[in-house]
Amino acid sequence: MAITLTDAAADHVKGFLANRGKGFGLRLAVRTTGCSGMAYVLEFADGVEEGDVVFDDNDVKVVVDPKSLVYLDGTELDFGKEGLNEGFKFKNPNVKDECGCGESFNV
Amino acid sequence: MALLQISEPGQSTAPHQHRLAAGIDLGTTNSLVATVRSGSAAVLEDENGESILPSVVCYDKHGVSAIGREAREQAAENPYNTISSVKRLIGLSAEDITSSSAGMMFQLESTDSTVPRIKTDAGPKTAIEVSADILRSLRARAEQSLGGELGGVVVTVPAYYDDTQRQATKDAAKLAGLNIYRLVNEPTAAAIAYGLDREEVDSTIAVYDLGGGTFDISILKLEKGVFEVLSTAGDTALGGDDIDQAVVSWFVSEHNISVGDDAALQRGLLDQARAAKHQLTLANEALIQFEYQGASFSTTLSIEVFDSLVKTLVERTLKSCRAALRQAKLKKNDIDNVVMVGGSTRVPFVRKMVGEFFDQEVLTDINPDEVVAIGAALQADVLAGNTPDSDMLLLDVIPLSLGIETHGGLVEQIIPRNTTIPVARAQEFTTFKDGQTAMALHVVQGERDLVRDCRSLGRFELRGFVPAVAGQARIQVMFQVDADGLLTVSAIEKTSEVHAEVQIKPSYGLLDSEIETMIRESMTHAEHDVAARMLQEQRVEAERAVEALDAAMARDADEFLAADEKQKILDARALVVQSADSNDAEAIKTALRELESVSEVYVARRMNASVGKSMTGKHIDSYDH
Repeated sequence: MAITLTDAAADHVKGFLANRGKGFGLRLAVRTTGCSGMAYVLEFADGVEEGDVVFDDNDVKVVVDPKSLVYLDGTELDFGKEGLNEGFKFKNPNVKDECGCGESFNV
Repeated sequence: MALLQISEPGQSTAPHQHRLAAGIDLGTTNSLVATVRSGSAAVLEDENGESILPSVVCYDKHGVSAIGREAREQAAENPYNTISSVKRLIGLSAEDITSSSAGMMFQLESTDSTVPRIKTDAGPKTAIEVSADILRSLRARAEQSLGGELGGVVVTVPAYYDDTQRQATKDAAKLAGLNIYRLVNEPTAAAIAYGLDREEVDSTIAVYDLGGGTFDISILKLEKGVFEVLSTAGDTALGGDDIDQAVVSWFVSEHNISVGDDAALQRGLLDQARAAKHQLTLANEALIQFEYQGASFSTTLSIEVFDSLVKTLVERTLKSCRAALRQAKLKKNDIDNVVMVGGSTRVPFVRKMVGEFFDQEVLTDINPDEVVAIGAALQADVLAGNTPDSDMLLLDVIPLSLGIETHGGLVEQIIPRNTTIPVARAQEFTTFKDGQTAMALHVVQGERDLVRDCRSLGRFELRGFVPAVAGQARIQVMFQVDADGLLTVSAIEKTSEVHAEVQIKPSYGLLDSEIETMIRESMTHAEHDVAARMLQEQRVEAERAVEALDAAMARDADEFLAADEKQKILDARALVVQSADSNDAEAIKTALRELESVSEVYVARRMNASVGKSMTGKHIDSYDH
């Protein structure tokens, strides 16, 4: 299994990284503080830490720590619009249910 | 499914606790809102993909009936209910408005209030309320785009705005339900958008802002990450509209058409001129075609002719640039960066002339309509705590000195012009008369020495302190200017601890040109002011001396003075009173010196008597210590 990005997501990540002017890639993680179990973390990655797993998809490097990978393996990151709002979406096959807003989830 | 944004490392927030922030450029003609998402700042578009919201609000009896482009389009049919360019009115009194509103379409409601109200079908509206309606629309757009409630916003204001206008802008934001992190000066926001605040070395920046109807030039200094506005200059009636007008005049004279009062014809020609102007940013010529009275006219406008039309306008702006440089005591080659702001800076010839003037490449990479909003968004993002380097702190300076009226109508400056804010300064004052138990404080703004030449900001009274001999009370007056440039003045009488304070509230405001005039006048009138101050100081001194003398003589003149001595003093006193009415400071000084010398013997006798009185009946031992 792996972490993948849709074309739309990859294009946006590349654009944001270029605009930022630095960065190794994208860090995906899971934090255990959601309103319904766990919450996603989406950050710029400036480097790799010990034990991190690095995926390379669509010319974007995705960094995940091993603990988070358990919850995220198989996730596809997408980018989309809803009305005026736009942003990234996690398509995570491990999720059993999520809170109404989708910002936190259970496995 | 929620839509997520990429955070800086370690800056991720818990679900539902995103720190949403936006920057708002509340403009005279157009307004915009921008935000930072996934580390990139961008303006937000509405449902129709429009990022620019024309600053126009239309009212009917139910309230706001249209806003933005829609409101602008119906302005012709419903002129008195369609309010535009309200930014020109914010913070002004009714009096200021009638004198500065040439060509603006609205009717003022006559009320007793100092805040002017515009008559609409939805009832009387203040400039603050109209601005709030524009801000409300931008807020709604931002919240839909970000998918949540805004934590706070940064709103930009012209660098020359005074306290009243800044407070009025804050009030408008509050009315629109926005939490204001800060107000930021427009040129400062533009410099931030270009990341000039992140440069390691200190630099001097010129921000050239040529909008639709106004021109502003600001000189900023960046020192250790801190921005200071060194000077501002400009023209509140010069902009892209004048370029369109120049093209129309050229076309009309080419074809010998008389436009007269035909508003529809005028409008049609202006639309053609604007279209030609836009084409000429890329092409070398543009075709102007026009139907009039059955005949059709067409002419090719070459870039050379267009440039010659633009030239006179740009030369006017360069005159302001020179004035701003002079005011900042800088030369052209002291400027490290030139930031171009405003739609009219898209005209290639404008860029070329400004570049040649400052002898460097001007910064034009960021859309000049959006650059101020983008800078505001970047600043809002920092203030919301979304960036790791939140230490970026913007400092501005106060545009005009702040002071207090002292006896005789003189100004005592407490905070001089160009002091960086926030700032707090205190000064001690004392009483003028014996037994004085109250003091009126008059806060003024300006560079002149006499109160009547400065601008009054507010008055308040400190009452109920313990009566004492003149000059004994200790009244500490504190001036505090917060980061937004808002002034609070407090006064405390130290022995009785009586306290009073005033926050400078909107009463009326100043225009850019008026600030310039005030500063210029202070230079040209410098000598006159010094003389006036000297005269006034001598008058106060004369008044004080006569007051003290009268009090003493009423008590014990006959006890200590022979008749001829008393007459001598009274003669000298009369001379002082007489000279105080003249305009001759030297004469007052001489008369005072004379009075002092003839009173010497009286003063000495009183002093001896009072020392004697206080020593009588006490043993010599008690003076040992």
